[in-house]
Amino acid sequence: MALSGVEIFKLLPKTNCKKCGHPTCLAFAMKLAQRQATLDLCPDVSEEAKKILGEASAPPIRPITIGAGDKAVKMGEETVLFRHDKKFVNPCVFAVEVKDTSTEGDIAAVCEQVMKSEIDRVGQKLRIDAIVISNVSGDASKLEAAAKTVAAKAAPVPVIINTTNPQAAEAAVKLFAGKKPVIYGANSSNIEAMAAVAKDSKASLGIIAADLDELAGLTEKVKALGVEDIVMDSGAKTAKEIIANNTLIRRAAIKKNFKPFGYPVINFVQRDDSMLEALLATVCVAKYSSIVVLSSVEKWKNLALFTLRQNIYTDPQVPMQVEQKIYSLGDVKPESPLFITTNFSLTYFIVSGEIENSKVPSRLAVMDSEGLSVLTAWAAGKFTATKIAQFINDSGIEKEVANKELIIPGYVAILSGSIEEKLPGWKITVGPREANAIPTFLKSRA
Amino acid sequence: MAFTPPKETYAGKVYSVAIGTGDKALTIGGENVLSFHSFEGDTPNRPLIAMEIQDVPPADWPENVRKVFDGVSDDPVKWARYCQDELKAKAIAVRLIGTHPDRENRSPEDAVKTVKDLLAALTVPLIILGSNHAEKDTAVLVAVAEAAKDRNCIIGKAQEANYKTIAAAAMANNHKLIAMSELDINLSKQLNILITQMGFDKEKIITDPMCSALGYGLEYTYSVMERIRLAALTQNDQTMQQPLLGDVGLYVWKVKETQAPESDLPSWGPAEERGILWEAETATALLIAGAELIIMRHPRAAAAVEKVIEELV
Ligand code: B12
Ligand code: SF4
Repeated sequence: MALSGVEIFKLLPKTNCKKCGHPTCLAFAMKLAQRQATLDLCPDVSEEAKKILGEASAPPIRPITIGAGDKAVKMGEETVLFRHDKKFVNPCVFAVEVKDTSTEGDIAAVCEQVMKSEIDRVGQKLRIDAIVISNVSGDASKLEAAAKTVAAKAAPVPVIINTTNPQAAEAAVKLFAGKKPVIYGANSSNIEAMAAVAKDSKASLGIIAADLDELAGLTEKVKALGVEDIVMDSGAKTAKEIIANNTLIRRAAIKKNFKPFGYPVINFVQRDDSMLEALLATVCVAKYSSIVVLSSVEKWKNLALFTLRQNIYTDPQVPMQVEQKIYSLGDVKPESPLFITTNFSLTYFIVSGEIENSKVPSRLAVMDSEGLSVLTAWAAGKFTATKIAQFINDSGIEKEVANKELIIPGYVAILSGSIEEKLPGWKITVGPREANAIPTFLKSRA
Repeated sequence: MAFTPPKETYAGKVYSVAIGTGDKALTIGGENVLSFHSFEGDTPNRPLIAMEIQDVPPADWPENVRKVFDGVSDDPVKWARYCQDELKAKAIAVRLIGTHPDRENRSPEDAVKTVKDLLAALTVPLIILGSNHAEKDTAVLVAVAEAAKDRNCIIGKAQEANYKTIAAAAMANNHKLIAMSELDINLSKQLNILITQMGFDKEKIITDPMCSALGYGLEYTYSVMERIRLAALTQNDQTMQQPLLGDVGLYVWKVKETQAPESDLPSWGPAEERGILWEAETATALLIAGAELIIMRHPRAAAAVEKVIEELV
């Protein structure tokens, strides 16, 4: 649990030597408590103090990375229960299951879906992050064969090997050496053997428990066996159990500093009805899951789930923003149209996307409005005629365009007169309200 | 290590609000914990999904949701009956969008006729929504509130600009009232206070903190709802203990993701499934954040949300 400034102060040398750049040890302790400084700034701190402070400052949920290279994903490190308190840190992983009872062709097809699942949304690249390879057959050689297909067809994608048979796990995990897979998993009857395989192969270990009590015992045991990269399955199956267990786990880890639950959580939500499965995944994204295992990854479902994850994991204090400047979309010429909008990234990406759709090369002036949407910025006085006029004047764009015409968003049509007054010589044109009408709008002008 | 589940007991609880009359009357709210936290408290009532219909044909709805109602949506009574009898909707929300001055500009008398016909045809509770034109809504909602006297409907939406008249009409005719503000917990609290200061019973209000669609500000609605619910439960704030409304269909079926054809955006997959999931997922997220009442358009989206609620309660 986080220590207070005074508790930290007691552990410091108390010489007030200022080498840490702070006037007193107490001042430095206060900064440490607020996590605005790091302990290494004090050269004289004792080993003993380092150990205590190190443990106390460790995040309540251990960071765990799976996979390697560009597609590696980090989980854990969460610090709050509600997103309005502070940004949720590491977006949950979406994984799709392949079964070793499926044909090689079917497994390869899922691998291809995963490899091609990446979508760009509001400047972020989002994708299905991992593949679960399940030993449904119970046969170690079948698991290995399936794992080979995945290793060949989806080489960069992190994997989760799903078997309770240590020999099968050992054979399959070899195919992913250096790629930090997860072995899922260890239960009360195979725990020593599984921990040994995970340790040897430097894999993370998934723990499968029947309930929360058993889970707490198992994570402690695995830790004692020398494996610390753990993901936890509390046995929750239905939406109701998932909310209950995930909430209790997150609360225990964060509010009670209950170490046995300081690891990421995995939830399996496969349902025959893909729509229902997506809604189960919705529950998991909102309620503290770090790995959500799906049975299928249709494009429509991916788009909705990626978007939800992005929404839930955005910083509640700062809307995503893009840089203020005049963007050229396509091969612009002096006579190309000039649009203006705000720098809220959602707004920018929607508007620039529609301009690109229209295939008419255009300039898009993006004005700093503190990341607010058009109407919000207008209502907050950040997208006003005066500010727009000043931005256009300061930008010097006047010299690059053939026609001094500025197209404004339809929702702020009301500004057109006053902008015209403040930008003498410019013609202000009111564009459509919704960006999806921009292509038609441009066509009608041609 | 033995595990003691860190359960919470909260100081406050959400008001139980009854709507409708007769056998099909319903109650929403009443829980003393966060949504679906039945492991630590009482969650006596299931959240309610109301199916949305309009007083005029849904010409402005995208094809994929409009076509489901072909053959019934030309008449509000047929449409409502279809939702109640075929789709087994537990409540109907009629949006009197045709009264908007920029639309058909139907008169309050026209609206009264629609509402009377609906009440005669329906047994499930009715939610009556204006066109969201602050001025016109005062005239329309006052008239329909009177026409629906004693049927225990939900009337809305009362906003800062027009709450006085609408709340007075709801009070005089024994209805529940939706109080809507714009995505701000303080505005929401303030509006509830203003309405109760008129003598309106605080236990007859439904709070609408304003909806937003998945991908288009959902996180704002989500967090405002969570904060309202936490204020209600942890601080026992009586001005925040009203059930919450998510007016989902209206916001969802405007965004590009529910409309753009797959031919334009191959990486987004088929538009029909995408649109349905967009609505269902927005609704599910808001249920988790705290909503007790959700207004939806697509029957398949509503059915999917019913299924997940089934797993959650
Ligand atoms: C999320 C939200 C917020 C968030 C801010 C999010 C953000 N980063 O901007 C928060 C909660 C902070 C907020 C606050 C406020 N908000 Co607000 N907010 C919204 C909400 C729900 C969504 C806004 C959004 O993200 N839209 C999506 C983006 C992409 O839309 P957009 O930028 O307008 O872009 C579209 C079009 O304008 C067009 N377009 C954009 N650029 C261009 C350019 C050209 C040339 C063309 C042709 C088209 C075009 O394309 C886009 C897609 O079609 C809207 C209601 C709604 N559902 O729209 C209210 C809304 C914008 N907010 C409103 C208000 C009043 C406020 C507040 C003043 C009130 C308050 N509650 O405190 C504050 C002001 C903020 C401040 N700092 O003081 C009102 C504005 C009313 C009005 N007409 O003036 C709205 C419309 C709600 C309402 N119905 O009353 N808000
Ligand atoms: S460097 Fe260490 S001993 Fe010196 S003032 Fe800072 S905290 Fe105290």
